[in-house]
Amino acid sequence: MDGLYNSKVMEHFRNPRNVGEIENPDGVGHVGNPVCGDIMELYIKVNGNRITDAKFKTFGCGAAIATSSMVTELVRGKTVEEALRISNRAVAEALGGLPPVKMHCSVLAEQALKSAIEDYLKRRIK
Amino acid sequence: MRRVYLDYAATSPVRCEVVKAMQPYFSDIFGNPSSMHAFGRDAKVAIETSRAEVAHLIGAEPGQIIFTSGGTEANNFAIKGVACAKQEKGDHIITASIEHHSVLETCRFLQQQGFKVTYLPVDRYGLVDPSEVKRAITKKTILVSVMHANNEIGTIEPIAEIGKITRQEGICFHTDAVQTFGAIPVNVNELNVDLLSASAHKLYGPKGVGMLYVRKGIRISSFLHGGEQEGRKRAGTENVAGIVGFGKAADLALNELNERIEHARKLRDKLIKGIFYHIEDVGLNGHSGLRLPNNVNVAIAFIEGESVLLNLDLAGIAVSTGSACSSNSLEPSHVLLATGLSPEVCHGTLRFSIGCDTTEDDINYVLEELVKTVKRLREMSPLYKEKHKNGRSVQQ
Repeated sequence: MDGLYNSKVMEHFRNPRNVGEIENPDGVGHVGNPVCGDIMELYIKVNGNRITDAKFKTFGCGAAIATSSMVTELVRGKTVEEALRISNRAVAEALGGLPPVKMHCSVLAEQALKSAIEDYLKRRIK
Repeated sequence: MRRVYLDYAATSPVRCEVVKAMQPYFSDIFGNPSSMHAFGRDAKVAIETSRAEVAHLIGAEPGQIIFTSGGTEANNFAIKGVACAKQEKGDHIITASIEHHSVLETCRFLQQQGFKVTYLPVDRYGLVDPSEVKRAITKKTILVSVMHANNEIGTIEPIAEIGKITRQEGICFHTDAVQTFGAIPVNVNELNVDLLSASAHKLYGPKGVGMLYVRKGIRISSFLHGGEQEGRKRAGTENVAGIVGFGKAADLALNELNERIEHARKLRDKLIKGIFYHIEDVGLNGHSGLRLPNNVNVAIAFIEGESVLLNLDLAGIAVSTGSACSSNSLEPSHVLLATGLSPEVCHGTLRFSIGCDTTEDDINYVLEELVKTVKRLREMSPLYKEKHKNGRSVQQ
């Protein structure tokens, strides 16, 4: 489909990777977008400082779902430090770009990931 | 792939009879209607025939119809034209918060020029209260503009009642009838309106043509300055083929009006019933009775409208949404907000608008695909999970 989104975004929208929740996750990020009202939930499983699994649930538009899907793909197999360096731009780039009006969706994906990692780090301290 | 168009409120396909009527006016009868020779006279006759057809559909005189480039121009024309003509009398305009952008943005422009505008609220069904109009009128009020029916939620406003008030007060009354012209009976005398806007492409006519009805005796400034076309109110060589198409579309609408209403209403009610039967946690936006026969607007909880729209689009189905995500401003529909819906609920709204070509099979297919889409997106939604955790149902 031509239009708002490129084919890669649409592909992730149609077949989002890693939808769902992780039972007994090591970290959960729950963020809402004050701009448009989208909500993203990201679950991670960490094994020896490496993120072995990531899943998401998202309430939002096509871009929100595609960026959620992509961020879970990007983060799998990364160390916590590497994962923290994943920027919203990297998520958008991995999707082959987003329309300018939808860039805030990639920010939400980055925030969801950071929030999940922070949760993991907090749990570890306890 | 099967394709189902349910966005007739946005625009409609040009009917083949209309195309046929327009065809000669591109190359054969191409004269400038202002020319005195036969080429020009033929074109002029065509325009005047269309003017009579358009006037007939709303119970007006042909001389009261000014052709424009569409509904947006007609709304701009009505509001700016009256504001300009009556600025010595006053500087106050009353309109409704749920108007089309072409009315709201025109009013905002006039505010920048020093005019004062009252934006009337609506109730939860989108209805303007005529007594609120009365209360808002001041000595300085020169114009009231309330739409005949809302394009998003389909609510039909009490125009005749408002018109009674404005007439008593001697104030000019404009209605944007873009959604009702050719869709339900529209009669300028029964509605007590002084100005009325309409557009051809909503009733199977071409894009780029519309009209403004101006009651005799209403003072309005010219909108485009130049030649003597349209009674010197709207200069510029006429869009002859477009106007001919508009006339033909109006004529078809007049002959088929009852059938169209019945057809749309039947399918509308089938769709609404089907949605409520198959999907839990949905709400109908707009009024259940005072509603355009072809409009369905629902809020589907826990999911977002753009993602529903995209999924349906992939299934060949065209609908529209009031979700913030679908607008460049990232703000939800001003109409839905004005009816008191929360931004979250606006987020999950969908509008289906039915047309002459819609079939029962189409509705069945749409229901099937919609149910699938909603299920898929709800499974993905953190809000839906919350709902099940709390074991409660969200009322809208």
